Formats: sequence, structure tokens, C-alpha cells
Amino acid sequence: MDLSTHKVSIIVSQGSLEGIYPALIMANGARAEGMEANLFFTFFGLDAVHRQRHEHIKMSTVGNPGLHMATWAGGLPGVSSVMTHYMERKMEALDIPSIPEFIEMISDTGAGLYACQATVDLFGLTKDDLIEQVEGIITVGDFYEMAVDGHIIYT
Amino acid sequence: MTTATIAGSQVELNDEGFFEDPEQWTEDMVPELAANEDIHELDDKHWQVIRFMRQEYFANGTGPTVRALGKTSGVSVKELYQLFPKGPAKIAARIAGIPKPKGCI
Repeated sequence: MDLSTHKVSIIVSQGSLEGIYPALIMANGARAEGMEANLFFTFFGLDAVHRQRHEHIKMSTVGNPGLHMATWAGGLPGVSSVMTHYMERKMEALDIPSIPEFIEMISDTGAGLYACQATVDLFGLTKDDLIEQVEGIITVGDFYEMAVDGHIIYT
Repeated sequence: MTTATIAGSQVELNDEGFFEDPEQWTEDMVPELAANEDIHELDDKHWQVIRFMRQEYFANGTGPTVRALGKTSGVSVKELYQLFPKGPAKIAARIAGIPKPKGCI
């Protein structure tokens, strides 16, 4: 099936490892199928394209029942870092790229990366705080115009 | 499954246009297979990717994904999308006469 006339717009609203990866995989996979794909980073999802933070994305260990560990244990100092490190090792073994590398690759596939204007204002950021692959800081209206006639995925 | 005639030879294709039997493929089919994918001019880089797809398929049982291609074929991800705008791994696999590469990343 020719998917090259299809388009997907993916909203990344979470700043955790498990919140960001699915969106990146969906965007990369869409481009691999020849679809147009755009990523819109909003709220804590903006950390994925934040120059200082995108190398330090952590897995959420509090309030994450999927980890099957006691909630109190997830909150202990260092647990999030240890679990993140463990997950990163497993991903590396499967040749899944790190978040910075993955985002650079997705940009190279021709997908568009955009930051949310409201979030940039809220957090007091400028374009200089974001990685160079971010094509622009756009409003929700710009996003809908870009997304028109395609699918929208919210993560 | 359908039977198609490519460069004068009959080949079997699945519903998505991938070769059922990679052994039915020959290099002289490439220009016609590429034209079917809207690629009308093949340069050395196209050939490099097409040959690499087959080499990997016969070595590993599946063709490489775009990420694997970008890392190991000698052609960057950016260039791959310029060569095969409708999806490098998928389109190159069709032209190379191998099944659709498996893998999510």
C-alpha cells in the first residue's frame, strides 16, 4: 500500500523515557513507510528537544504500576537513575538509539520537529535553549493547520 | 499473490508488491522495478543500497531497517530519504527483490 499521501502529527506531552520513546518510534516508523510525519513537543515533552535536558531523560519510577515494584521503593533517591540506566542498557543491546541520537535521525528522515509556543513561554525558554533540529516554535493553531487532513496521535 | 512480468521474466509478487522468491530477481529488472516506484534515474548510491539490501537479506534472513541502513550501508539516513523518498528500506527492498524488512526502528 502506498502510504506516501498520508500524514501523521504526533504530540509529545510527557518528559519521561517511557513517555518520549513511543512517540519517536511512531514518527520514525511513519517516515519509514513514506508518510509525512511531524512531532509537536509540548509541556514536559519539550525536554526531549531541550539542549541541556535531552541527554538526561529518566524513566518514571513513581506511580508507574508497570514496573511492578512498591510505590515507596520507586521514590527512594537514585532509583529512577538506576532503573533508567538498566533500561538504557537493554535498549542498547537491541540497538535502539538514545533519545538525542534518535531525534537527530528522525530529523534526518525529513520529519518536522516543532516546539509549543505556550510551553516555551511558560518555562521562560527561547529557541536557543532547544536543539538545532527544532524547526520552529509554533502555536496550537499552526499545529492544527499543519495537521489538517492527517492523523493526530497524542502521547 | 500476483504474477508480474518484469524485464521479460515472470515473477511472483505478494499483495504489497514484494518478491515472493528473491531468487527470481535479476539485476536487469532493477530499472523497471525502480520506475514502478517513481524512481526514473538510478545512480551509484541507489545501486549501493539495492545490493546491500540483498547482501543483508541473504546473510540475516531479513533486509535492514532504515536505521541499520544508515549505520552500515555507507549511505546516510538523510541521503537514503533523498534516494528513496517514499521510505528507503521498504522501497529499496521492493526494488531489490526481497521481502519487506522486519523491525520497528
